[in-house]
Amino acid sequence: MSLLPTLTRLSLRSASMGRLATVPVAQYHEKVIDHYENPRNVGKMDGKSPNVGTGLVGAPACGDVMKLQIQVDEDGQIVDAKFKTFGCGSAIASSSLATEWIKGKNLDQAGQIKNSEIAKELSLPPVKLHCSMLAEDAIRAALKDYKTKREAMTKAN
Amino acid sequence: MSETKIKTEGFRIMFLLRRVAVTPLSHWRQMRLAPQGVHLSTGTGRAHSHDPSLIDPEGDPRVRSAHREMTEKGGTRPLYLDAQSTTPLDPRVLDQMLPYLTSYYGNPHSRTHAYGWESEEAMEDARKEVADLIGADPKEIIFTSGATESNNISVKGVARFYKSKKNHVITTQTEHKCVLDSCRQLENEGFTVFFHTDAAQAVGKIPMDVNRMNIDLMSISGHKLYGPKGVGALYVRRRPRVRVEPIQSGGGQERGLRSGTVPTPLAVGLGAACKLSGQEMDYDTQHITRLGNKLVNTVTSSLPHVIFNGDPEHTYPGCVNLSFAYVEGESLLMALKDVALSSGSACTSASLEPSYVLRAIGADEDLAHSSIRFGIGRFTTDEEVDYTIERIISEVSRLREMSPLWEMFQDGIDIKSIQWTQH
Repeated sequence: MSLLPTLTRLSLRSASMGRLATVPVAQYHEKVIDHYENPRNVGKMDGKSPNVGTGLVGAPACGDVMKLQIQVDEDGQIVDAKFKTFGCGSAIASSSLATEWIKGKNLDQAGQIKNSEIAKELSLPPVKLHCSMLAEDAIRAALKDYKTKREAMTKAN
Repeated sequence: MSETKIKTEGFRIMFLLRRVAVTPLSHWRQMRLAPQGVHLSTGTGRAHSHDPSLIDPEGDPRVRSAHREMTEKGGTRPLYLDAQSTTPLDPRVLDQMLPYLTSYYGNPHSRTHAYGWESEEAMEDARKEVADLIGADPKEIIFTSGATESNNISVKGVARFYKSKKNHVITTQTEHKCVLDSCRQLENEGFTVFFHTDAAQAVGKIPMDVNRMNIDLMSISGHKLYGPKGVGALYVRRRPRVRVEPIQSGGGQERGLRSGTVPTPLAVGLGAACKLSGQEMDYDTQHITRLGNKLVNTVTSSLPHVIFNGDPEHTYPGCVNLSFAYVEGESLLMALKDVALSSGSACTSASLEPSYVLRAIGADEDLAHSSIRFGIGRFTTDEEVDYTIERIISEVSRLREMSPLWEMFQDGIDIKSIQWTQH
């Protein structure tokens, strides 16, 4: 009976069970980290352009703000999407994924994206589901903004 | 001698040898301390924790994976900068504890044999070590399972005892949850207020004297001062006498205030930790102040819009809380995944609310979401702090590029004037 392996095992055990962050999950999911380490679609578009719809949702006091912008062509297809997010890793990943999914879709299809699909793709734990909901809201807000702009333009003409 | 007796004697001799054997070299190396007087008599000569033959292939998969991580990727465990949540066990404390886990295993309350007597002696020595650190008499120290228990005993025990004469309890908004919840429970029992101090984070780090500071009750936590987890103490003043109604019933140990067998090895650990802290307080303070100042000064001079939470004059240098405007705390923690840190108060990590402590000291709500707590301790090195500083600067800059609030700020928009959509 040697004490050494037991002690080593004990010290390694206590080490491997350490939490990396104070989120209520043991670790961030790989997909969530991927969206941060390899960001796609981070940026801004010219909000004044008639082809751009901007959605700004959330609140700084809640720790979650997402800005999602879409560029729509004459046929109603979303040709480009950009986002910026102030929020946790899951929020960043949710909004990033949202921009990836809506590119290439038309306005109706984009409006059908559900938060549950985003949550499932990123394996979000229950406590982070609100991030995917906010991402869905951001898409809707961008679509609504675009439609409102188009209507105002047609009225003016 | 009969066979059985030889076996027993052999067993005891093995233990006697191990008394000296103590902490594995790997633990000392990990702590970056020079091993002091450690004689490894296990005879294996293999003290390094990276030795694969020491890992049981049938054992816990988490241990195997941690081991793999350490050896294959060249050591990828994060740097530890979360000293307020817990501190590593000082190897010298482990040295003191080990014999009581292996050979001197008697119950300290057993009055009839040597096992009990030697265990009791160790417990009383430890009690004196704890008392000496805070200027108290050993008779005023009772061992508990930690500061949470000590806080519960103090708040509920004192209040209930004096119920008929006074029913006033005073607390502050920045107390730990266990204190606030105990007070809340008393509120339900019809109390209004009292005065108590939870010194879990202060003991062993700043000089404390219960008489100079007129403290009546004080909670102490073992694992906050490089001692073992699972043990703490409660200081209860005897002159003038503070009476407490126990919250735990049983055999009447610890002057009837806290029944239950005192875990001698843990008590010895707490005593050793207190003694070391007393001896090394000046050096530790110097070391920690230097690193803390380096962290704060370098970060605030390299990044704009960084707010130091707390009073810059009256602050413990090992606990640095900074808010990085326009960047959310959790995303910064994720970005800094190779450094173990905390955002806001770790105590309420399961809730989605920003730290109530920060809110209580007047931080804006969105800044509370942007805060990170850095914990610097006895074993933190310059390299760890330098690396952390470098990573913070690069990740904050990167996250600001991804932040709509930073964009608005740069465009000159007043964020406070916007009508936000609440969820």
